[in-house]
Amino acid sequence: MAIRRRDFLKGVGVAAVSAGLPRLARGADAASIYDIERFGNARILHITDTHAQLNPIYFREPSVNIGIGQMMGQPPHLVGRAFLERFGIRPDSADAYAFTCVEFEKSAARFGKLGGFAYLKTLVDRLRSDVGEKHTLLVDGGDLWQGTGLANTMQGRDMVEVANLLGIEAMTGHWEFTFGEQVLRDNLERFKGEFLAQNVFLTEEAAFNDAQAFDKATGRVFKPSIIKELGGHRVAIIGQAFPYVPIAHPKRFTPDWTFGIREEELQKLVDALRGRDKVDAVVLLSHNGMDVDLKLASRVTGIDVILGGHTHDAIPQPVAVKNAGGTTLVTNAGSNGKFLGVLDLALDKGKVSDVRYHLLPIYSELLKPDPGMAELIGRLRAPYSADWLEKIATPDRLLYRRGNFSGPVDELICTALRSELDAEIALSPGFRWGVTTLSGQGVTMEDVLAQTAISYPETYVQEMTGGQIKDVLEDVCDNLFNADPYYQQGGDMVRAGGLAYTCTPTAAMGSRISELKLGNGKSLNANHRYKVAGWASVNGQQGAPVWDVVGKYLRTGRLMPPERLGSGVTLRGVEDNPGIAGQG
Amino acid sequence: MHNPALATRRLILQGAASVALLGLGNLPFAAPARAAANDKYPEEAFKQKSEAEAIKALYGKNAEPSDKVKLDAPEIAENGGVVPISVTTTLDKVTSISFFVAENPNALAASYRIPDGTVASVANRLKMAKTTNVTAIVEANGKLYSATKEVKVTVGGCGG
Repeated sequence: MAIRRRDFLKGVGVAAVSAGLPRLARGADAASIYDIERFGNARILHITDTHAQLNPIYFREPSVNIGIGQMMGQPPHLVGRAFLERFGIRPDSADAYAFTCVEFEKSAARFGKLGGFAYLKTLVDRLRSDVGEKHTLLVDGGDLWQGTGLANTMQGRDMVEVANLLGIEAMTGHWEFTFGEQVLRDNLERFKGEFLAQNVFLTEEAAFNDAQAFDKATGRVFKPSIIKELGGHRVAIIGQAFPYVPIAHPKRFTPDWTFGIREEELQKLVDALRGRDKVDAVVLLSHNGMDVDLKLASRVTGIDVILGGHTHDAIPQPVAVKNAGGTTLVTNAGSNGKFLGVLDLALDKGKVSDVRYHLLPIYSELLKPDPGMAELIGRLRAPYSADWLEKIATPDRLLYRRGNFSGPVDELICTALRSELDAEIALSPGFRWGVTTLSGQGVTMEDVLAQTAISYPETYVQEMTGGQIKDVLEDVCDNLFNADPYYQQGGDMVRAGGLAYTCTPTAAMGSRISELKLGNGKSLNANHRYKVAGWASVNGQQGAPVWDVVGKYLRTGRLMPPERLGSGVTLRGVEDNPGIAGQG
Repeated sequence: MHNPALATRRLILQGAASVALLGLGNLPFAAPARAAANDKYPEEAFKQKSEAEAIKALYGKNAEPSDKVKLDAPEIAENGGVVPISVTTTLDKVTSISFFVAENPNALAASYRIPDGTVASVANRLKMAKTTNVTAIVEANGKLYSATKEVKVTVGGCGG
């Protein structure tokens, strides 16, 4: 963050206090936080994990984001005040609101919604014209096509149109793959930029059957990289898709493709770009997740900057990682359209001599919406607005999802599943997308879809033994807390309704979960069979889509029980961890 | 995700590895007939439960870790039923390459005799019961060299 911007925001904070918490004023002064001093000769703009949120949203950053082992207390595993201290952000500032959960509801009323593609478009255009078209590049790190009812219904076509108008020149993917190969290819036909993925290969069977690939010799399904001329220098952008698509999602969406981190292939690619193509800079556009990127940066040489996503960490300053070839900077640019990453590079022959980075919150009250983008968004949404904008419930509390173990949104989903499907226990995936609604704001079907809209939404009810339930919790918990980031998948813990347990994140795989108890306080019996409801299964299921189940429940007016129904998680062994700021 | 069918399947994935032969010029112990360091099908080694016992039965000595054994395996398996695992080595005079999956019901998954003058490179797919270490042992010039990597077999789902 630039000092100038912090100073400005300090001023806003003071004014706000004296006037009894007014809204941020729209005006030339306020918007000057977007005046970035010109630096270097190339500017790369980065968005990631917008999850198709076309309009401005509220999104509460996590109060629990635990790092263990070497990751403890290091970005991104800092929350609340520990985060503010680390990055020098004033507690009652707009930035504190954008980057952390501190006093979220109070600040939400003060600073308003963030993000929205019409506002983003205004800022992108401004930052491009500030330095000149020939010096800039706009990239997207994936999870652009999923996250709303509209994107799910249109299978990402809406977001391709938006991406084209915004001017995204290169992207990589994650949820983009969950529409299946045909939809992905159809969308990419329309996309004016490049879809890059160095780590997606044909399976041996698919290669043998002569399946479609970018490069049959290597088996790479997509173009791995592009070279763009920026300010008279050559900059290579390499795409790194989410490495665990066929594991985290149903394999049926990508039967012919195999993923993985593919460090070795990446190193060869970087070496070729530097040696053969003589590029001046190498940037990795990554959907690995921040912990994976930090490890990768310590092992792969020759990458100047990793523009990261997936784990939805909004990190104001890059982390510098040393490796055998030099230093690699690692960023992560948040989620849900809240932020725009601005990477200014001073390029020399064959090297990056200096870097400046800003992660700018998109304060929708400080920016004018771009008319063309606003018109496009309105047109795309129009056919569905009548059905989705009706208020179906008015919860009496803040509803958010993000957090390692639970959040009110998933408690609500689990309560709905148990109630509507008559199950003792409910399980709900630990997704990190999904917007926040303020207490009293009212929930619409569009809000429900923003928490649930995926291409495999079917609910299920089945019997599981207590032992099987524990196995599932252990398995997912290891995806979150394995001490080696390469064995993590980047989601949060599976949410459990009607089930309480103790979690020891620092324990070994298979022994982190203990003291499992049902809602009535009885211990879970390893051999007893329980009726379990859930959704988003990697196996095919037949039940009603989860949004219908949740919508039906909300329309009954019952909302959530006033207190948690035994869905609490007790943490052990992480008492002083700066990745914990309170409940969640 | 969290589907017991998968959790159960992991428990059912029993039995020794099924092996697909993709290496060049390697002769597997295909039938109880011949081949290998001691020139016969190592029936006893395949029967052993633990890795240590299987190594002892197959080779009768211990291996030392070596960075000259390059073991290529995924961190997280996309399908525990067929996990692609391969080994290459820069060691000279390689006579055999063997694969052990520590927590499979029987640890020895496959063993290949490498005939004289053959490129010492084997790629195969191993069936894995659950998350565990995979060890490759290369026998070269009468000595044993190893490389080990943990491969995670997960029920999947819940990716952010």
